[in-house]
Amino acid sequence: MKLPSLPERLAVNRFVTDDESCHIVVDQEIARSTGTVQRLISCCPAGVYSVGADGSLEVEHAACLECGTCAAVAAPGALRWEYPRGGFGVQFRDG
Amino acid sequence: MGTTPVEPDFDVIVVGGGIAGCVTAYLLAQSGHSVALLERGEQVGSKNLSGGVFYAKVMEQVFPDFLTTAPVERRIDRNQLVFVNDESWVGVDYTDSRLSNTGTAVTVLRGRLDAWLGEQCEQAGVMVMPGIRVDELLREGSAADPRIVGVRAGEDELRARVVVAADGVNSFLARGAGLRTAPPLHHLAVGVKGHITLPRRSIEERFGLTGDRGAALALVGSVTKGVGGGAFLYTNTESISLGVVLRLDDLTEKGLSSAEIFDDFLAHPLIAGYVEGGQLSEYGCHLVAEGGLAMRGRVTWDGLLIVGEAAGMTINNGLTVRGMDLAAQSAISAAGAITAALAADDTSSAGLAGYETSLDASFAGADLKTYAKAPAFMENPRLYKDYGPLLADVMHGVFGLDATPRRSLLTVARHALKGSPVTLKNLALDAWGAVRAL
Repeated sequence: MKLPSLPERLAVNRFVTDDESCHIVVDQEIARSTGTVQRLISCCPAGVYSVGADGSLEVEHAACLECGTCAAVAAPGALRWEYPRGGFGVQFRDG
Repeated sequence: MGTTPVEPDFDVIVVGGGIAGCVTAYLLAQSGHSVALLERGEQVGSKNLSGGVFYAKVMEQVFPDFLTTAPVERRIDRNQLVFVNDESWVGVDYTDSRLSNTGTAVTVLRGRLDAWLGEQCEQAGVMVMPGIRVDELLREGSAADPRIVGVRAGEDELRARVVVAADGVNSFLARGAGLRTAPPLHHLAVGVKGHITLPRRSIEERFGLTGDRGAALALVGSVTKGVGGGAFLYTNTESISLGVVLRLDDLTEKGLSSAEIFDDFLAHPLIAGYVEGGQLSEYGCHLVAEGGLAMRGRVTWDGLLIVGEAAGMTINNGLTVRGMDLAAQSAISAAGAITAALAADDTSSAGLAGYETSLDASFAGADLKTYAKAPAFMENPRLYKDYGPLLADVMHGVFGLDATPRRSLLTVARHALKGSPVTLKNLALDAWGAVRAL
């Protein structure tokens, strides 16, 4: 069985995307100085986090599977992570 | 003062439509209380994800026909524990019809099971309110010892005599109110899971199953690239649930990618044959509480109870991985205590103390104590790195006939141990540790 790429895989899931608000907010300075950037990139199973062309941490909040791992591994103050607003985000059919 | 007390909107507000939340709400509605169940997903179940084995006997106390009426998948009667290396694996394979006959363990898909539980709640009279994220608990009184009087969701405030936080492992409500602290990283793991659809016949042929019988594989070793944790594969009726569980202290220390470990797990020769021809139909993840009893902490405050994984109630002893059964028991204990507290018109922490008493006296409380040392035992890195190769070397000494004379099993084992980082002292201490912890 060929495993689909991460973006293809996420496309199979059902998401209700919140275009008005983002449930993940990064403090770039703290994230960089504490090594949080690399931790988030490697721990997140959904590939939400990446480093952009300008070297800052980019967040693709629409791909979030809402486990909370990022919030657990981030240094204090580096990340504000909450659940998406009610009715938004991933909606597992199987779970 | 002069303020009139605000009349509560409900007797009880339950936050979170998982197993703990649904069972609590259902039992309270059945006892005649007005109950609201607030769920942030589109419907009950749509935010919920488990590996998938539910030791569901406890549910028969709530729904006597649970096994035949609830949407469960297969009855697990084949359990395998396998130490996995890159190109070899050694395991225990235990099949027992007593397990399937009694329905000890069933595989479940939470999106489906919890939606069913939500329907049962609705029929029992619970006001089920999906699509609502609760932002915080409403508190009155002192900061150190507040009384919880309701919840705030956006601009709306809802009040109740008792609030039940069934909001899952992240436990944001209790943390936001300063009642619980974030657990240490070594008490948390990330589970990464795929749901793979396969024809029923393929599953039954590949795992040697008939009817509604099912298999559960627990895998340890190179399937996690040596990261503390393990991998699992569970058979559903027409699909397979599989994935890896990675302890966060070890994952971050090794700097490995959780998504890549999952991908490599599916490509492992032990796994690849099982999923061949399948279709990935969902990809998800879940933070897992791994601390056992040490994570539970205080579960009762004035006007507030914490149930299920929000109270860290899980057990992983390497053989069985449990959370849902403990969630169900915590809900049963909580609902009983709330009914008594409402009847006595005392919903203070003291009035709700029956929750902890009942929980401690139940199988869930007893098992949390019995396995209290399991998390520390499971942090032993030799389990994930060294024992798999050692076992394979012993087996190879026995089976790898190459026209040279064989040595006795004891000599083979001694030789394998010599070539392994594991010392005889490690072996003795780990065996003793296992006996004490498990």
